Amino acid sequence: MKFSEQWLREWVNPSLGSQELMDQITMAGLEVDGFEPVAGEFSGVVVGEVQSVEPHPDADKLRVCQVSNGEQTVQVVCGAPNVRAGLKVPFAEVGAVLPGNFKIKKAKLRGQPSQGMLCAEAELGLSDASDGLMELPESATTGQDFREFMGLNDITIDVDLTPNRADCLSIKGLAREVGVLNSLATKAPAIEAVEAVHSEVPDIRIEAPAGCPRYLGRILRNVNLTAETPLWMQEKLRRSGIRSIDPAVDVTNYVLLEQGQPMHAFDRDEISGGIVVRMAKPAEKLVLLDGQEVQLTEDTLVIADHDKPIAIAGVMGGEHSGVSEKTRDLVLESAYFDPITLAGKAREYGLHTDASHRFERGVDYQLARDAMERATRLLMDIVGGEPGEIVEVASDEHLPKAPRITLRQQRLNDVLGLAIDSATVENILTRLGLSIEEANGESWQVTAPSFRPDLAIEEDLIEEVGRIYGYNNLPVTEPVGSLGLSVREEAIRPTSAIRNFFVAQGYQEAITYSFVDPKVQQLVDPDHEGIALANPISSDLSVMRTTLWSGLLKTVAHNQNRQQPRIRLFETGLRFEQTEEGIDQQPMLAGVVVGNQAPENWINGRRATDFFDVKGELESLFDLLGIEVEFLPSQHPALHPGQTAELIRDGEHVGWLGTLHPQVQKNLELNGTILMFELFLNSIVTGYVPNFKAISKFPEVRRDLAIIIGSDVPFAKVEHVARMHAGEHLTALRVFDVYEGESLGEGNRSLALSLFWQHPERTLNEDEVHTLFNGVIDALKEELGATLRS
Amino acid sequence: MENLEQLVQDGLSAVESADSLQALDQIRVEYLGKKGVITQQAKTLGKLSPEERPAAGQKINEAKGQVEQAINARKTDLEKAAIEAKLAAETIDVTLPGRGQDLGGLHPVTRTLQRIEDIFARAGYSVEQGPEIEDDYHNFEALNIPDHHPARAMHDTFYFNPGTVLRTHTSPVQIRTMEDGKPPFRMICPGRVYRCDSDMTHTPMFHQVEGLLVEENVSFADLKSTVEEFLRVFFERDLKVRFRPSYFPFTEPSAEVDIEWGREEDGSIKWLEVMGCGMVHPKVFEHCGIDAEKYRGFAFGLGVERLAMLRYGVNDLRMFFENDLRFLRQFR
Repeated sequence: MKFSEQWLREWVNPSLGSQELMDQITMAGLEVDGFEPVAGEFSGVVVGEVQSVEPHPDADKLRVCQVSNGEQTVQVVCGAPNVRAGLKVPFAEVGAVLPGNFKIKKAKLRGQPSQGMLCAEAELGLSDASDGLMELPESATTGQDFREFMGLNDITIDVDLTPNRADCLSIKGLAREVGVLNSLATKAPAIEAVEAVHSEVPDIRIEAPAGCPRYLGRILRNVNLTAETPLWMQEKLRRSGIRSIDPAVDVTNYVLLEQGQPMHAFDRDEISGGIVVRMAKPAEKLVLLDGQEVQLTEDTLVIADHDKPIAIAGVMGGEHSGVSEKTRDLVLESAYFDPITLAGKAREYGLHTDASHRFERGVDYQLARDAMERATRLLMDIVGGEPGEIVEVASDEHLPKAPRITLRQQRLNDVLGLAIDSATVENILTRLGLSIEEANGESWQVTAPSFRPDLAIEEDLIEEVGRIYGYNNLPVTEPVGSLGLSVREEAIRPTSAIRNFFVAQGYQEAITYSFVDPKVQQLVDPDHEGIALANPISSDLSVMRTTLWSGLLKTVAHNQNRQQPRIRLFETGLRFEQTEEGIDQQPMLAGVVVGNQAPENWINGRRATDFFDVKGELESLFDLLGIEVEFLPSQHPALHPGQTAELIRDGEHVGWLGTLHPQVQKNLELNGTILMFELFLNSIVTGYVPNFKAISKFPEVRRDLAIIIGSDVPFAKVEHVARMHAGEHLTALRVFDVYEGESLGEGNRSLALSLFWQHPERTLNEDEVHTLFNGVIDALKEELGATLRS
Repeated sequence: MENLEQLVQDGLSAVESADSLQALDQIRVEYLGKKGVITQQAKTLGKLSPEERPAAGQKINEAKGQVEQAINARKTDLEKAAIEAKLAAETIDVTLPGRGQDLGGLHPVTRTLQRIEDIFARAGYSVEQGPEIEDDYHNFEALNIPDHHPARAMHDTFYFNPGTVLRTHTSPVQIRTMEDGKPPFRMICPGRVYRCDSDMTHTPMFHQVEGLLVEENVSFADLKSTVEEFLRVFFERDLKVRFRPSYFPFTEPSAEVDIEWGREEDGSIKWLEVMGCGMVHPKVFEHCGIDAEKYRGFAFGLGVERLAMLRYGVNDLRMFFENDLRFLRQFR
């Protein structure tokens, strides 16, 4: 909410500078977002009076004016269309400095001397644009300093109010708060009942008392809406960020700002029959004041006449029943609408108005009559008219009731961590406008004022006491609760260990958005459909990722476009999948690698990273985690059909490793061979707790063999068969050479293996080893068709 | 016997000029071997009288010793020279760069999160996780933000359907933790959160850390110390901290925490908002089945990117999610 400091100070004027005042209200929980001067920086401008206006002899659009500053009259050449004799205007005299450090000097315009300048609002920083001179009221004293006359040494303060503090959405409320903080009384303008001069009253019926527990209406006849809103009111509105429209709108806005009560003025001639406050009927439509036609929903509270809706209650009036210059009779509305009924309604229609903002947060339910009287008086002062009686329809049953709240001294002390003496507590409560109904030394029974609907339970009062006492005056103590040691399973490796592993392997961690481009995801994971956001921020961030590859590959593209040839990235995070049981949110670990195996250097050559580089890294990771994972040849739609491994642990799928399919790579406009992997984190983090085994004192025996075998037989199968026949004392099996060449025959390759045996309790004898070794060779021959390489 | 002296002289000069261990060994054989010229001198002893023999024998031994010593000395020199030559040949340019991987690095957000987790872990806080696609109940309702509460409008929520949203804060993990356990609680929840907002100072995804402490006897004063100490430890210096009354539906009293930030020299000192906090609202306890008369609690929430920006001087929030390697590499 924006307000004028001066206006506030008319109500309550603590001995604080502007900055101190803003600091004070910020620290009371009404956060000041910023402030700005109400006018541009200028000096040397006075109230000038145009004495006479003559045409310029040499220019059609210029006029030669004689302007008085109260003491002397000087000649000023002016081009404004509205300049005329007798007009009072802001007059920048010679020597004046206008915003932008524009100095006014003696000048000649088309040969005519000009001593000074008559100003428009925009030229003084009072508005963004203006189409003529600013016209001052006749009552302005010629020669008075213009800043002084306008009270321009003022600032507009923008305060960002939290939703609970609806009571501060008015000068009255802010003044009340500043009064509380400084223990000062506020000076409110007197509000007196306006006497009726006729007996015409609006017919008002409330059909939805839960939504509208109170509705006041009054007829004001024979008004003149062509009258001008007085400058003081226009200024207060302007300094609160509201444009002057016409006297009826200006006055209702003024009362809204001053009192916090949103009001509305209808043109009585456009109301058919009387006013009915009810819920909208199916398919009802309404053209609003802003010109848009809305289809009303049945849970919308409306103000209707006997035929049709004429306003969305508490949000915006209809165009048809709105006031215009031709309006003769007004029906004024001042009502209390239920916050719950109105909550979210404006938003549903794409609206947010000063009225809806207040009603949704809760307006003082006892304010409607005062506001009506205040508005009537202000209106009559400007547009004249004949007031009628106020008609009030209210449902006590539906009006809020001030709850009686118990505040316990002990609870207060416990929550705040400080024993505040009861006199201080009572002083604070009273200053806040709470009435203490009962006090017994241990607790207080209080009721909250109608303007504080946010105060309903004990905690609300504890917060208020703490707030006014000052959070920063409360003590600082250490929590003293017991510090039990928590269990952390040793077999489960923390994710941080995994991250550190990849960092040591040269991987940079990335964090990419959880929502991705569906087109990219379709390419890398066509078998899963990403869950779509109903309101994405943009189409390329519109579905939840089903794989971390979607974001990582985009990151690769980003970096390749920035001349980064060697990229190693990993990420951890959730991937999202719709399953029959619901939404599955799985923590994943994924990586992408492209570019040379080693950073460019002088010794290693420049070999591109290949499958086995990354596989080796994953194997090291699995060693670190203490788990065994198999890599099985497999197919994945985003991966190269001949370079894809499915990762299996204890028969369970735990992830993929492979080379990005060249076609997908092309479609994603990526360069180089891209290796990628993705693992289910939860499936790999649990390893084992080490369990010591005695170290064998006996020698290890090694036997090597080389076989020729079909290239289509995976090594994993060879290893499996060999291990099956190598006996229980085999300690290791390694492959130390893989060779393919013409000499071996088409479709064959040679594998060289070494096998190691060791017995824990004795030396293995030559015969035993020989038997086992031959057993392995025979099995490889028989089961896999291998031959020994001579 | 003059002959002997001459032999020694010859031997010594031969040793002197030997330029390899092999040559030296030949000299040893030639002079001191079984058939060596000096060894052979012993045969002349027979021709001498028994009185002369011992002295002559000693002379021969001395001669042998002299040559042997020279050989050994020369051998040591030659060996040393050989090692030195080998070492000289093996000299490398140690100023050339080593081989191996460039080190990678953690994302600055992770780095910051790990520091925060560390700080709280030392004070006995556990680290909890929760779902990011969250139901309306946990994200709003249970946190005392009923349907159409004005606070909802402030959240700019991403949703999938009316009951399912991307969590707008890490606060729902408070609820899940309290639902699943029994007080006391000391936990933090770091994680991704989402708001439908994107401009210079907002990204649609960012990170928060939520903290919760529930015990029988805890107060706002304890909350103040926890927050102040955390900020001091995180920034590794004394900071001016202030608690500004604010409003969160799930805490009461609620406060926003500002720190004084900037440099005196250029007059850039101002208060910066870094955290929100408060005492757990009784409605929240009620939703979690915890007796609000017996237990009290405090909760706090902080924006990780915000702290990372202050800590590392990053001036553009959006860089965190561009993942430009030139940016990321600055945080290894």
